Amino acid sequence: MKKFRIERAPAPGWMRTLIPIIAIPVTFIITSIVIMLDGANPFTAYYHFLIAPLATKSSAIEVLVKSTPLLLTGAAVAFAFKGGYWNIGAEGQLYAGAIAATFVGTTLVNVPPILGIPAMIIGGFAGGLLWALPSALLKVKLGVDEVVTTLLMNSIVLNVTSYLLNGPWRNPVSMWPQSPEIDPGTVFPQLLPRTRLHFGIIVALAVILISWFVINRTSFGLKMRAIGLSKEGARFAGIKVDKTMLTVALVSGGIAGLAGAGEVAGIHFHLIDAISDGLGYSGIIIATLGGLHPFGVSLAALFIGLIDTGAQTVSRAMGLPIYLGDVVQSTLLLVTLGLFVLQNFRFRRVE
Amino acid sequence: MHAVQMKGIVKRFADLVASDHVDLELEKGEIHALLGENGAGKTTLMRILYGLYSADEGQVFVNEEPVVIRSPKDAIQNGIGMVTQHFTLVPTLTVAENIVLGESGSITLNLREVEKKVAEASERFGIPVNPQSLVKHLSVGERQRVEILKALYHDAKVLILDEPTAVLVPQEVEVLFEALVRLQKEGLSVIFISHHLNEVMQICNRVTVLRDGKLAGTVKVADTNLKELANMMVGRENFGVTRQGVRERGKLELRIESINAVDKKGLPALRDVSLEVHQGEILGLAGVSGNGQAELSAVLCGTQKITSGKIFAGDVDLSHADTNDVCDACVGRIPEDRHANMVGELSVAENLILDQMNKFVKNGIMDKERIQKNAVELIKQFNIKANPNDRVRTLSGGNMQKVMLARTLSQNPRIVIASQPTRGLDVGATDYVRTTLLEQRDRGAAVLLLSEDLEEIMALSDRIAVIYSGRIMGILSAQEATAEKLGLMMAGSPA
Amino acid sequence: MEIGLFIVGLIAATLRVATPLIYGTLGELFSERSGVLNLGIEGTMFLGAFAGFAVAAKTGSLWLGLLGAIVAGVLAGLLMSLLSVRLGVNQHVSGLGITLLATGISLYLFRVIFGESNVPPAIEPFPMLQILPESNVLAPITNQYLLTYIGILIIPLVWWIIGKTRFGLKIRAVGENPEAADAAGLNVYALRTYALMIAGGLMAVGGAFLTLAQLGSFTFGIVAGRGWVCIALIIFANWQSVNVLWGALIFGGVQALQLRLQTLGFKLPYELFLSLPYVVTIIALTIAGRNASAPSALLKAYRRE
Repeated sequence: MKKFRIERAPAPGWMRTLIPIIAIPVTFIITSIVIMLDGANPFTAYYHFLIAPLATKSSAIEVLVKSTPLLLTGAAVAFAFKGGYWNIGAEGQLYAGAIAATFVGTTLVNVPPILGIPAMIIGGFAGGLLWALPSALLKVKLGVDEVVTTLLMNSIVLNVTSYLLNGPWRNPVSMWPQSPEIDPGTVFPQLLPRTRLHFGIIVALAVILISWFVINRTSFGLKMRAIGLSKEGARFAGIKVDKTMLTVALVSGGIAGLAGAGEVAGIHFHLIDAISDGLGYSGIIIATLGGLHPFGVSLAALFIGLIDTGAQTVSRAMGLPIYLGDVVQSTLLLVTLGLFVLQNFRFRRVE
Repeated sequence: MHAVQMKGIVKRFADLVASDHVDLELEKGEIHALLGENGAGKTTLMRILYGLYSADEGQVFVNEEPVVIRSPKDAIQNGIGMVTQHFTLVPTLTVAENIVLGESGSITLNLREVEKKVAEASERFGIPVNPQSLVKHLSVGERQRVEILKALYHDAKVLILDEPTAVLVPQEVEVLFEALVRLQKEGLSVIFISHHLNEVMQICNRVTVLRDGKLAGTVKVADTNLKELANMMVGRENFGVTRQGVRERGKLELRIESINAVDKKGLPALRDVSLEVHQGEILGLAGVSGNGQAELSAVLCGTQKITSGKIFAGDVDLSHADTNDVCDACVGRIPEDRHANMVGELSVAENLILDQMNKFVKNGIMDKERIQKNAVELIKQFNIKANPNDRVRTLSGGNMQKVMLARTLSQNPRIVIASQPTRGLDVGATDYVRTTLLEQRDRGAAVLLLSEDLEEIMALSDRIAVIYSGRIMGILSAQEATAEKLGLMMAGSPA
Repeated sequence: MEIGLFIVGLIAATLRVATPLIYGTLGELFSERSGVLNLGIEGTMFLGAFAGFAVAAKTGSLWLGLLGAIVAGVLAGLLMSLLSVRLGVNQHVSGLGITLLATGISLYLFRVIFGESNVPPAIEPFPMLQILPESNVLAPITNQYLLTYIGILIIPLVWWIIGKTRFGLKIRAVGENPEAADAAGLNVYALRTYALMIAGGLMAVGGAFLTLAQLGSFTFGIVAGRGWVCIALIIFANWQSVNVLWGALIFGGVQALQLRLQTLGFKLPYELFLSLPYVVTIIALTIAGRNASAPSALLKAYRRE
């Protein structure tokens, strides 16, 4: 009788890139169930999710707008994970970057854009970096688990934002919890008229290219990759693990901070409570879907941006709750994770 | 009556055939040796019998009835117990808790009662243990006793012992053998895995020899001799690499002065250890596993700090060194655990330059061409069966070790620290490593060889030191050293 | 007299605030003692809060709601087991994925079932037990919810299960040395799955307490990071069930204190007070982290060839 046995064998390299692509239809099959719970037609829903947003030029551009911060948080998390540092705090670092950028934008007055825009970029990066510092130091010096500390820091910064917006930064005119507007010289310029597409996407793409270069072409990149793959092996080879990991953590925080700066300088022009509704956590999904590779991350960010936009379309067109987008994203993450593991198993015929 | 029969066993790991149509028969009440070199397939075969691996083909019989063993639970139910080299005890639990771990029964655990039952069993089988001790406080020999008692407690009629003497001093080996013979008279059948011919001849009734995953033959001990067994094991009569002749010792290169260090639990592991290694000599450090070799290796490799004392490599003070200080001081390191100390997911080329990146980097950017060239050269020079861009993880143990050797030795170190360099390697790779170490010695390097394989130490070293409980018990020259003298020191009697 | 009332009120509030933390931390304890770090706790508590509320609102029975929450939690635990135990997926990412999924599904189903209205749906929550008459000074302290008392009593129960039963011994073995447990004949996968199922159920009850007892309604910020605090509390408790109570009380106490200090008119801003418990947790982690005795197999997936 012919039997099948499941056994482990390492998967060929090309399979890794296929996985996220296979994961998408699998995810949609699973989430169909959820959609049908609301009495809706899954195929119509997916049309609105994936096709409709790309059907018109303006909504396709909007996908890019939504993807801008995702490119950055995805890149931030991927950079950290690649270096073996579990930065779950991208959400908080984004807020910190937004706060810092708002500070810069509201402090500078009548500044020319050539100075204002770099100031915002530096401010955002610095804010995210500083917010990542405590967790990074605790991990490197005392071995405290960074997953927990970065999560807790997320909660703290939300409260700090709320404090600032209801207190010293409360808009004196409208008494609304939003900060004063940033100086026009610090605003990220609009790239296409009548759209919200802004300079932030250029920053994001630059960050992606730079991080690809650093990771794959520099000695620092080799060091951080070694640490991420085998801390002991890296240490044995004389790599200064602590110093490298600290740098990775801080850079990751800085990139996430840039995402926050982008939202302030390019979309809202002042600070609000809801500057991010989980962009940092989406970054984790994006980093995983993209296999921690900067180019994969870019594609994943665009895809999640598509889903985010699609969720709004679905909600408007079919009355499905907008949270469907979250359900699809997280299911996609879990399916991808499962497939990454299953690729290492083979069927083998046994007599 | 056959206690156990294994017929036509085949086991593959991806493309490697670890067991190739192997047959084994164990008679009731016999001590049966399973002999073979490292990598021959002995452990694989026994793990199949114990349910830790599943065979791809073949059948297993217990008491001449066919059985299906899918897990250790099945094996235990069929009266089979196994004692392995890596003890399967939970360190944070007591002896009694460990012994009773696999049992189902009442919801509540009455520890007092269990301890009593364990004490009774200990008496009955003549294997002394303390039921209340925490396993993490036990010595290696004591842990082995617990493992054996655990198997007997669960009514094992067949006991598999995987290289049981690897962790024992010669005197403890005698104690073990005496217990086995006694239990054999009471009806226990034993499969005794070993690659030590002398032990096999001493205590076993029959021998099954494996070579490269295939069955080489089964003979009665009474009908054979050492030479014949060696022949079956390796396919040639004389095997192994040995040091040729005496060399003129050079000047002092590695000086270790009264160092102290602690182990992972903070207990003293090295006590006032002093050693000197000269250029052009191999100093072998013999000792049973767990007496401080691991810590000494870690200290010399720079992955652990000493609490007092001094270490000098030539003129350089390495007493407070980090791994990169050690690398900078031209100390070559071949670590105990090559899997953990290389980055398996990186390529061969990347691993080869990992500890000397500065030489392959311009302004922080890696010079890919030079890195590739370097890899190609070293692959040729060290006969590594791999391509520069293969992930190190996919290499065989022998080739992985060659990558480590290539990285370390291509930098022409003045000192070489080799820790268990041939552990887990097949014959060919073992010979290669030993030859390489001798070459380094002839080249003028100061080689410190830490090995738990006494034969290896005696074959390669110019001088031999013995470590016991963190102290150096004595240092003998190769001419003076005999297995008996070394064995005494390894068990704690000073020279 | 003022001080006395203040302290009584503080203790009473502390016990209330600590309740979800006790359930959540005990749940995570089961999970981690078996070797699995379960970051799905935040989502599981959220799911429990939602499921409990939804079932209670639709059936009119609070106890059915609690049961519904437990079932939802167990299912979440099973999913975590499938991913991290059976498949061996990285535990950090799978746990977070489950948190995101559980949160998303809860919010989605809430809208589907209850629609969008300006007035959030509410139910009649569990009453507090009347142990002492209202007039008694100490009444606020003793008159807690039944779930609070149950939670406190579960602590010694968990201690007994983990320390004194065969099952607990097996769980501990699997969390310290799965190879040894496997060789001893234990089914590592099954044991970790059971642990995760129990964990999920407990965590969900912690979340359900918030909707079924404390608030009587379901809001989006209802769990607000309590799950993460539980993760920290485990480290603080050094993985011993006995210490869970102290951690939960301290954290609960700080949170209750900051609410009271505001009503007393302390000038410090309200939001910074809200951060205080998290900051305290980080500090506690730093201190505790040095002597941590985590289960040795924590975070390592086990696979037999």
